[in-house]
Amino acid sequence: MHNYLDFEKPIAELEGKIQELRHLSGEGGVNIADEVGRMQSKAEKLLVSTYAKLTPWQKTQVARHANRPHTVDYIDALIEDFTPLAGDRAFAEDLAIIGGMGRFCGHSVMVIGHEKGADTEARIKHNFGMPRPEGYRKAQRLMSLANKFGLPVITFIDTPGAYPGIDAEARGQAEAIARSIDVCLSLKVPLISLVIGEGGSGGAIAIAVANSVLMLQHSIYSVISPEGCASILWRDGAQAKDAAGALRLTARDLLDLGVIDKVIEEPLGGAHRDAQATIRSAGQAIEEELKKYSELDGGVLRASRREKFLKMGTKGLS
Amino acid sequence: MNWLQSWVRPKLRQLVGGQKDIPDHLWHKCKGCEEMIFHRDLEKNLSVCQHCGYHMRIGVKKRLELLFDDAKYTTVELKSPIADPLKFRDRRKYTERLKEARNNTGEKDAIVVAHGAMGGNKVVVAAFNFDFMAGSMGIAVGDGLLTAARLAVVQETPLIAIPASGGARMQEGILSLMQMARTTIAVEEVRDAGLPYIVLMLDPTAGGVTASFAMLGDVAIAEPGAVICFAGARVIEQTIREKLPEGFQCAEYLYEHGMVDMVVHRSALSETLNRVIDLLCNHKPAGELVPLDEDSSPADKSDKKSQAAAPNEPASKADKDGQDKQGKQDKQDEQANQDNQDKPTG
Ligand SMILES: [Zn+2]
Repeated sequence: MHNYLDFEKPIAELEGKIQELRHLSGEGGVNIADEVGRMQSKAEKLLVSTYAKLTPWQKTQVARHANRPHTVDYIDALIEDFTPLAGDRAFAEDLAIIGGMGRFCGHSVMVIGHEKGADTEARIKHNFGMPRPEGYRKAQRLMSLANKFGLPVITFIDTPGAYPGIDAEARGQAEAIARSIDVCLSLKVPLISLVIGEGGSGGAIAIAVANSVLMLQHSIYSVISPEGCASILWRDGAQAKDAAGALRLTARDLLDLGVIDKVIEEPLGGAHRDAQATIRSAGQAIEEELKKYSELDGGVLRASRREKFLKMGTKGLS
Repeated sequence: MNWLQSWVRPKLRQLVGGQKDIPDHLWHKCKGCEEMIFHRDLEKNLSVCQHCGYHMRIGVKKRLELLFDDAKYTTVELKSPIADPLKFRDRRKYTERLKEARNNTGEKDAIVVAHGAMGGNKVVVAAFNFDFMAGSMGIAVGDGLLTAARLAVVQETPLIAIPASGGARMQEGILSLMQMARTTIAVEEVRDAGLPYIVLMLDPTAGGVTASFAMLGDVAIAEPGAVICFAGARVIEQTIREKLPEGFQCAEYLYEHGMVDMVVHRSALSETLNRVIDLLCNHKPAGELVPLDEDSSPADKSDKKSQAAAPNEPASKADKDGQDKQGKQDKQDEQANQDNQDKPTG
């Protein structure tokens, strides 16, 4: 069963009727193929028009959609011989960030990503994709390992943010994120980041200071959640809709601001309607980016990554 | 001592034009213990309460006068980056908030870059101005840190960062978040040049500021009672729906958890910084090797250091502890009441 978002209600109603009609035609033998066809094309048109003009707040909802493919799905589909690696060697294994080695298009790579989990049990296990310091320290360890053996690093970004908890603060959440950014910037191997859902603030950029930062069309990336921003600047969390617009958190805006390098189109109706097609496009885009860097020297990779980030903020929106 | 300059001069200024002062301004209520403090005592004690040791916030100019030799330093003119890149408006336009902050502080943005000498060693300082939109970090602040880092590299001097910030500046959105990467590059450029990078964390140091350059110091120093965190106390309370432990996220808590090297009383700050810089920069003794003196006891030698490293240990400790708690609560209330962004972001 499909999970519909609030603004998808008209589509949900149409698709519900189509289901009903199909059911009826199956039972009574009434020929209603024409009617179903008409309604299907109507539903598709509605889907096209709705998704052609998603507001920033609607995109936020799509980016958080429960059925959207998560890091585990990308790894399953794109990485052969995936070999998970665990732990920060200091305190714990944090499943809000998963990672390991594997083969992508035949090449050994290191894959790291936030994992939100697909059902209640998994969401709890992965702490809703909100890492503690151990998650970031594991990411640092894996990136350094990749650097040592010349493996390109691919990171998948999908987090509401780093976990705001007593234990996380006590063990140095800020230091863990800072050091993680530092490691990203030091790598002499290619680093490709793909925002697949929610790019939540410091918890996201910690593993996304990359040579190429790609974003799925309806994913978001922001300094603070629209709800958090609204509660501070509007003094009312319910103004999240306005905050989402003001923050310019859509892939298109970020491309215009020079913060990301490429937008990957999603299937009609969003990634959650066709996970396999989404993952295929993502895989192709990552492959293209990796090809660009395959001949480059480590020093050049590091210097050009720094250069790219140093330029950020010189370009505004018109 | 530097603090002489910092109170002698204002005192003189006051003798010249002091008639305008209204009695209200002569007394300050300590947020730590609620005692009334005479302004001259406050000046003399570097805005630290003589009763409870509560460290009040001081402006960036006073801070620099306190730290540089003879209170003398040169500020670096910072270029103005693109203004309002997102065309941001919440209940007010960002451009209006900026204009207001500029009028109120006389500064272009929330960072001041200065160079001069500390204990005779040349240094470059990047100091936050908390009065400017809660010291929030946008493009201008990122540029400031990069400018400071590059000046340090050119002059072959240590870089000292002095954050006092609520975090990333929401009004510059994702570009503020990117300053976490840019300021980390600044730190790396100083590191690549083999120069010391020292961080002095003030109240508050939060969000994306803590989670980037502030936590990457070769040596990390914090002022007593300073709130230093990634996520703010309110956000954490809302998430876990639990009361936070006593003293959570204050400098002493970070010291206990291994996150800073030392918590240093404001009166010992200049001397401590001078010593740290000197130890890192001047590897060899000035003259001949000093022979180890067999008569001097180890206690004598370590005296100075323990004074600086022991977090916040004035005379009446039991008394002070209770008062500190009150001080922190007030500080949190005050933060909640700030109109501008005073919450950790990024
Ligand atoms: Zn007091």
